Amino acid sequence: MARNEASIAQSIDWLTVFLYAACVIVGLFNVYASVYNPEEQTKLFDLSNRAGKQAMFAATSVLLITAILVIDHKFWEALAPIIYGVCIFMLLATLVLATDIKGSRSWIRYGSFQIQPAEFMKIGLALMLAKFISQPSVNLTKWRDQLSVAGLVLLPAVLILASKETGLTLVFAAFVIVFYREGLPGIYPALLLTVIGLFLCALFFSKLYIFAGLLLGALLIYWVIIPRYDRTRKNAINISVIFGLMAFFVTSVDFIIKHVLQPHMRRRIQVLVDPKVDPTGIGWNVIQSKIAVGSGRLWGKGFLDGTQTKFDFVPEQDTDFIFCTIGEEHGFVGSAAVVLIFVGLICRIVSLAEKQRTRFARIYGYSVASILFFHFLVNIGMTIGLMPVIGITLPFFSYGGSSLWTFTILLFIFLKLDAQRPFTLSRA
Amino acid sequence: MLENRKYFIYGFFVLVGVVYVMRLFVLQVLDSTYETASNSIKTIIDIPVRGQVYDRNDKLIVYNTIVYDLYVTPKKVKIPDTLAFCSLLQIGRRDLDSLLKVARNYSPVKPSLFLRRLSKEDLAKIQDAMVEYSGFEFVRNSVRSYETPTLANTLGYVSEISKKRLESQETPYYRQGDLIGQSGLEKFYEEQLRGRRGVRYVMQDVNGIMKGAWKNGEMDTTALAGQTLYTGIDIELQQYGDSLMQHKVGSIVAIEPSTGQILAMVSAPTYDPALLATRDYSKNYAKLVKDPYKPLLNRSIQAQYRPGSTFKLVQALIGLQNQVIYPNSVFAAHGTPFKAHSPLFGPHSLHAAIQYSSNPYFYNVFRRIVYANNERNTFKASAMGLTQWHEEVTKFGFGQKLGIDLPNETAGLLPSVKTYNKMYGGELRWKFSNIFSLSIGEGELLINPLKMANLAAIIANRGWYYTPHVVSGINKKDSPHADYKVRHETGVSNKYYEMVIDGMEDVVTRGTVSRAAIIPGIAMCGKTGTSQNRVGKDHSIFLAFAPKYKPQIAIAVFVENANFGGFAAAPVASLMIEKYLNRKVLRKGLETEFKNRNYLPAIYRTAPVKKGIPKDSTRNLIVKK
Repeated sequence: MARNEASIAQSIDWLTVFLYAACVIVGLFNVYASVYNPEEQTKLFDLSNRAGKQAMFAATSVLLITAILVIDHKFWEALAPIIYGVCIFMLLATLVLATDIKGSRSWIRYGSFQIQPAEFMKIGLALMLAKFISQPSVNLTKWRDQLSVAGLVLLPAVLILASKETGLTLVFAAFVIVFYREGLPGIYPALLLTVIGLFLCALFFSKLYIFAGLLLGALLIYWVIIPRYDRTRKNAINISVIFGLMAFFVTSVDFIIKHVLQPHMRRRIQVLVDPKVDPTGIGWNVIQSKIAVGSGRLWGKGFLDGTQTKFDFVPEQDTDFIFCTIGEEHGFVGSAAVVLIFVGLICRIVSLAEKQRTRFARIYGYSVASILFFHFLVNIGMTIGLMPVIGITLPFFSYGGSSLWTFTILLFIFLKLDAQRPFTLSRA
Repeated sequence: MLENRKYFIYGFFVLVGVVYVMRLFVLQVLDSTYETASNSIKTIIDIPVRGQVYDRNDKLIVYNTIVYDLYVTPKKVKIPDTLAFCSLLQIGRRDLDSLLKVARNYSPVKPSLFLRRLSKEDLAKIQDAMVEYSGFEFVRNSVRSYETPTLANTLGYVSEISKKRLESQETPYYRQGDLIGQSGLEKFYEEQLRGRRGVRYVMQDVNGIMKGAWKNGEMDTTALAGQTLYTGIDIELQQYGDSLMQHKVGSIVAIEPSTGQILAMVSAPTYDPALLATRDYSKNYAKLVKDPYKPLLNRSIQAQYRPGSTFKLVQALIGLQNQVIYPNSVFAAHGTPFKAHSPLFGPHSLHAAIQYSSNPYFYNVFRRIVYANNERNTFKASAMGLTQWHEEVTKFGFGQKLGIDLPNETAGLLPSVKTYNKMYGGELRWKFSNIFSLSIGEGELLINPLKMANLAAIIANRGWYYTPHVVSGINKKDSPHADYKVRHETGVSNKYYEMVIDGMEDVVTRGTVSRAAIIPGIAMCGKTGTSQNRVGKDHSIFLAFAPKYKPQIAIAVFVENANFGGFAAAPVASLMIEKYLNRKVLRKGLETEFKNRNYLPAIYRTAPVKKGIPKDSTRNLIVKK
């Protein structure tokens, strides 16, 4: 490998760094606004409150970034299995050592310091998957490899689920995007989207309409889309079976909600349909969060002038519901800007990933983009009442060291790999 | 091939972004419901105290007493011991349940009214014990209080705004549960009396703890206290009038002629205004509504009577002004449809005709007024004459609302050519012989006592009047509304007034009025009126002013079913005048006699007032001949 590396300052993608820094700084101010109390005004950099702590987490992130940029890029590919192993070990340790925090057993406590290994698992899994799939022999259209990949994902997923962190488990679903890009047959994401789509339809619309829609769809496909010579008895049966299964799934949604899901999950889904079913419980979050965002109007109430968030109407407003603060204080303009920054950052990462010359770097890049996207999708979605309430953070914005560090490490490993791109020979 | 999949992935990411931005646009820009649902900013309404009302001698009539309303927030309610709670508030178990249900239906989280108008004493009793029950709060409020139990119909009352009124307001001001003036001055001067509500926006946290003014109070409006009403009412005279009118149905209206201010406005029977300002408002109101004597009717401005013989004064004035008669014009009874009565069997002049209330004389006067044109066709001549007459009588305030500062004033009826065309089914189908009863104030004439008092004021002023009004100034004495500073002229020369007034003086001293009505030392000029009543006894009417020169009081008295005007109404008027001019009444015997006289009509005792009253029983309010 070439030793004539240019300085990292010349080869790093500054646009991504800039978007990252914007997120962290805006997030920091919003954490400050969330904990701001007009009666006892706190300074921004006071370690006794969460805004001060978040500033410290941001400062330590700079150290992490420096370390990552200094470490040789080959380190990550070489040590991926070990990092994965260490993460799995930590998850196991968590199950033994963890203390119960609001029903979740995913935090390891050391003095006043807490850490959530499940967050860091994302890094380990992303590296491990990149390493595994980048082997020339792996072909995701084959059953054997699909099963191996599923195993790599399911092992940590089961462990995290055991520590009652449903949200962090669901994040791994984001890897479907990576697998799809790397050759997983399109039927899998199509199936996933169909199931989610039908599930949502069954929640919001009358069964009769859905059946009518399905029937119409089936007839349309058979008589209009399929060419005449393909309108065989076999295809007709296939279509009937597929649409029959879809109809069956729709009918079984009620059963799934009532008997398969755990009570707290069921409530979150009911609340998504109608927050008033549980106005003092989880519905409270949804209602209050919508009120906070909605009351921001076009321009917002102004920095530190948000009244819904400042006076604790929205629970978890500095962590999972940080987007409320942005919506209330900065209005549509501010919240739309944040959405655009996220979509821009994610798309930038995808476009960088596509440019990678090694398959490892590309897969890893896609993993980073997918994880960020899933967090963005669910977190903002639940704040504005489009997604069920699932406790995951808004990357770079939400208060919390584990979350901020995880996303910083994830992103900058990729940027380090990307900075190396001009000096790498293509292998893929 | 696989590389093309990146476009699907880009597309998916961008699609989600677009959907979210659209959703945010709807939530934050298009849909304003979330803004109003904002629960961190609490609106605190400061209801200012209603304005006070004073009489002409700076005596307080209406003021406010502090009371406490108990509000409940259903979601926060905790009642450990229901039985103790009910006995503390002296409510039944069922009342508690239904009150809570009503409140919950309104809103589980917003406070709604639970018990109204607890006095300071009530509050002192229960305040300490209420600490054990959460979800209840006391809110300071005020109720109307009255120095004297009089003037109820003129003052009006306040009560909770009706649903209909709430929905029909043009600029939204009132809210559910607000008090609003429902009649009388309270209704007419509602905007001045109520002041302006103050609104403060304060921030509160999720536990309802106040966190200071929102935006430093930029959006707040301060409450503006209600304005004080200074009235021309003499509350002592008013009370005196009430005492004279007890056991009677009728009305007294007294006006200061030089200003048009109402001195007294008695409507009998009446009620204590405090009845409608207590916790038992609904109960008392229902009782008053059901009362067959209709105490809620302000007879002074709402009852309709025929003016009877008092109207002869108007006929005399118009006749003189039109120069169809002269003071020495002499008429006799023959050739008229009216019978002569003692001592008018022979031909007599205008003075005697007024003094003794001659029907035949005024038949001739009106005939001359109507036929004072060159038209040979009597139908056409009648129509022309009536048009002229109508125009002239209108100037006395007849057939129209005078414009007093009270709601629901009746316009009365002054017939025009149109009225008779309609009655007789076409033009030129009627003539003087069909309408002659107007000559003595009967027929298609209707007035209220206020109009009659105003006629007395016109004559006292020798030809003009200010629109009668109750309020002489808002926040400042003697600064009436511009409408009440417009001098209305009658177009009759004041020398004719003097002639009529001379006659009116003799009405009292040696005319149709009973001797008892003569006030020693005061020259009272008046005119009696009597109307036959189909159902009961005749109604007694009297209009007067005094003294003869520089009159200070003009008065009209109506006593229903009290026979001839000179017997009942005139003595009552004389007592009122004596009371007002001398501040005390020396004729104690007469005073006692009239306070105790009972003219309550039998019809009211037997016939309960029902919905859809048959015509005859409503008509008993109207004098007939």
